[in-house]
Amino acid sequence: MDKLWLIVQREYMTRVKKKSFILITLLSPIIFVAVFTIPVLVTLFAGKEEKSIVVKDDSGVFVVPTDTSARATFTLSQAPLDSLKSSYKSKGYDGVLHIPVIPQSGEVRLNYFSEKQLSLSVVGYISDKVAELAEARKIKDAGYSEAVMENFKTDVEIDQEELAFNKDGTLVQTGKKNSAELATAIGFISGFIIYIVLIFYGAMIMRSVMEEKTSRIVEVIISSVKPFQLMMGKILGVSAVGLTQMVIWIAMTFTLTTVATSFLNIDPASMQGQMGPMQQPQPDVVASQAGQVFEAIASQNWGYILPLFLFYFVGGYFIYSSLFAAVGASMGDDQGESQSLSLVAMAPIILSIILISPVIENPTSSLARWMSIFPLFSPVIMPARLAFEPPLWEVVVSMLVLAGSGVFFIWLAGRIYRVGILLYGKKATLGEMLKWTFSKE
Amino acid sequence: MNILQLEHVVKTYGTYRAVNDVTFEIPKGVVFGMLGPNGAGKTSLIRIITNITKADSGKIWLDGEPLNSRHPEQIGYMPEERGLYKKMKVGEQLTYLARLKGLTAAQAKESLGYWFKRLDIVDWWEKKVDELSKGMQQKVQFVSTVLHKPKLLILDEPFSGLDPINAQLIESEIRELARQGTSIIFSTHRMEQVEEMCDHIVLINKGKNVLEGEVKAVKQRFKENLFRIEYEGSLPDSLTYDNPVFNIKNREDHRMTVQMTDGTKTNDVLQKVIGSGVQVRSFNEILPSINEIFIRRVRETIESE
Repeated sequence: MDKLWLIVQREYMTRVKKKSFILITLLSPIIFVAVFTIPVLVTLFAGKEEKSIVVKDDSGVFVVPTDTSARATFTLSQAPLDSLKSSYKSKGYDGVLHIPVIPQSGEVRLNYFSEKQLSLSVVGYISDKVAELAEARKIKDAGYSEAVMENFKTDVEIDQEELAFNKDGTLVQTGKKNSAELATAIGFISGFIIYIVLIFYGAMIMRSVMEEKTSRIVEVIISSVKPFQLMMGKILGVSAVGLTQMVIWIAMTFTLTTVATSFLNIDPASMQGQMGPMQQPQPDVVASQAGQVFEAIASQNWGYILPLFLFYFVGGYFIYSSLFAAVGASMGDDQGESQSLSLVAMAPIILSIILISPVIENPTSSLARWMSIFPLFSPVIMPARLAFEPPLWEVVVSMLVLAGSGVFFIWLAGRIYRVGILLYGKKATLGEMLKWTFSKE
Repeated sequence: MNILQLEHVVKTYGTYRAVNDVTFEIPKGVVFGMLGPNGAGKTSLIRIITNITKADSGKIWLDGEPLNSRHPEQIGYMPEERGLYKKMKVGEQLTYLARLKGLTAAQAKESLGYWFKRLDIVDWWEKKVDELSKGMQQKVQFVSTVLHKPKLLILDEPFSGLDPINAQLIESEIRELARQGTSIIFSTHRMEQVEEMCDHIVLINKGKNVLEGEVKAVKQRFKENLFRIEYEGSLPDSLTYDNPVFNIKNREDHRMTVQMTDGTKTNDVLQKVIGSGVQVRSFNEILPSINEIFIRRVRETIESE
């Protein structure tokens, strides 16, 4: 058994020490966080590029705004429009905004005069602001107070409150807030993560097996250890590489995001301001939405979801890595021709990710049910369903099937591997692979 | 005492009998040649001996014990193709292979230190295998085969692709190991090497053992009673006509090849020549080369089927 450990160590160390691994593992979280923080940094430090606009307001609705999200300062002026147009520059303004008299109905056209263009976000800001002010004026003119109008606006949200039966049969509210958006998001993200990992690391194992076969090193190694030990050592070693990478990514992303957000003092509202020039939602609405999201996140049953996610991650990994090992061992010398074999192994994974949408749309459909039990699909599909709380018995059955299949596939792959790695020349047909499964040692 | 003994070994792949009831033994401490045409079953046999595959039936003993899974640690196997990880560093890789053979890290280090110095490749420790030339890789492979001090060394075409200098180096290493008592099995097509280096041979054709024995004895078995005689002057008629002792097969420029008639002895031949008054310069028995024996035997087995 210490020979198995030697192999695991070698498979792990050779991959972890590679420059490409170190680069990808360390750079990815940095790039990921940078994508979010660099725009903020840029606008913060280069942001003294505020426009200074002089406003000729014929409508009488304009009020100089007090919030600073616009990146423009406004100054009201009573001077005639033409003199403003000719003198704005010398007075230090960037441009002239003319608000005409607002008609009772119909579109309002503002005019902005300047040598330079306005950015999209300022344009959006101005039109939203003036629309807001114009509406308020119309309401006032019609005799209603602003407070009354606020009341007309009805913001509708749906709170999903979970009901469950207590042991004594009484119906209670568990206090868990269900959220369709959140469950969907969790579903997609889990499914996607597992998909990427299976394909990436599965291919890594397949390539390694093929390399050992073509370089004949496998013959030398097999004279010292059993083929099964080599295969398992490889699978375990590569899984350790994957875990290492995941852990580093999670730790780095977490630390970097924490550092970045505290350093830049970002709050959700202004973050969104940088990202969406079109919408300028009210800060308090954003805050309440964010609050809801956080509440929903916090109330999810992580103690249930995370361990199960890990279980499917591991189970799926073992099934597919052993499949890929078997495929690699069956490859012939002509690699192009043998590609078709690897597609056979990848097909179920790809199918799962394609079907993840209908499953998430309809988590209780029979499609969803069957796919989350069938072991080649369940690693991607079941975790996607977990946030929708599938019935416990389905989860248990699915887990048992996965565990059993894991053992079966490892055994099957082991049989194919030990014969395939010593054969050279043409690739094996599926029929031959079947024969190998049952041939004597 | 035999280092290896095979009895009625059979190995079938599907319907194809790669090893068809093979029996032979290899004495300890000899250099043993395993010869045979391509596809004869040599590689299959080697894989059975090195525990890579199991025989379907038959018995195999290594140094008196039935072959078991601990034996590979006492065997060093060098396959025909360079069996090394291309992207791994030489030192790291050899240490790994040594440890798979059961050496501790310390033992591996010591053994590698010895061999690297001996083959003058100390500079290569940090190099990746694919940075080395073919001949250099072969040297590295050789080290991986011997560093766990195996009792039995199996070399499949060890000289293929080597230039004369490196071939000579490997050859002298093999001889030294043989001198130290390691038993060595050579699997090769190169008959000149077999002549030079092997004490015993076995000839495998179509999965069967068609010839085996000590090289000297085999040559004697296949000899055709030919002699090469160099002389001075001309040959008298008593030698060329009606000569009961031998027939002159070939004659040119004071050198002749004669075939001794059945029943006569070597001394009779020499005496006949000397007695005829011819001055003898040299007198040698012509023994068949292994190459000739190989071809003859293969042809014989084909004809007998």
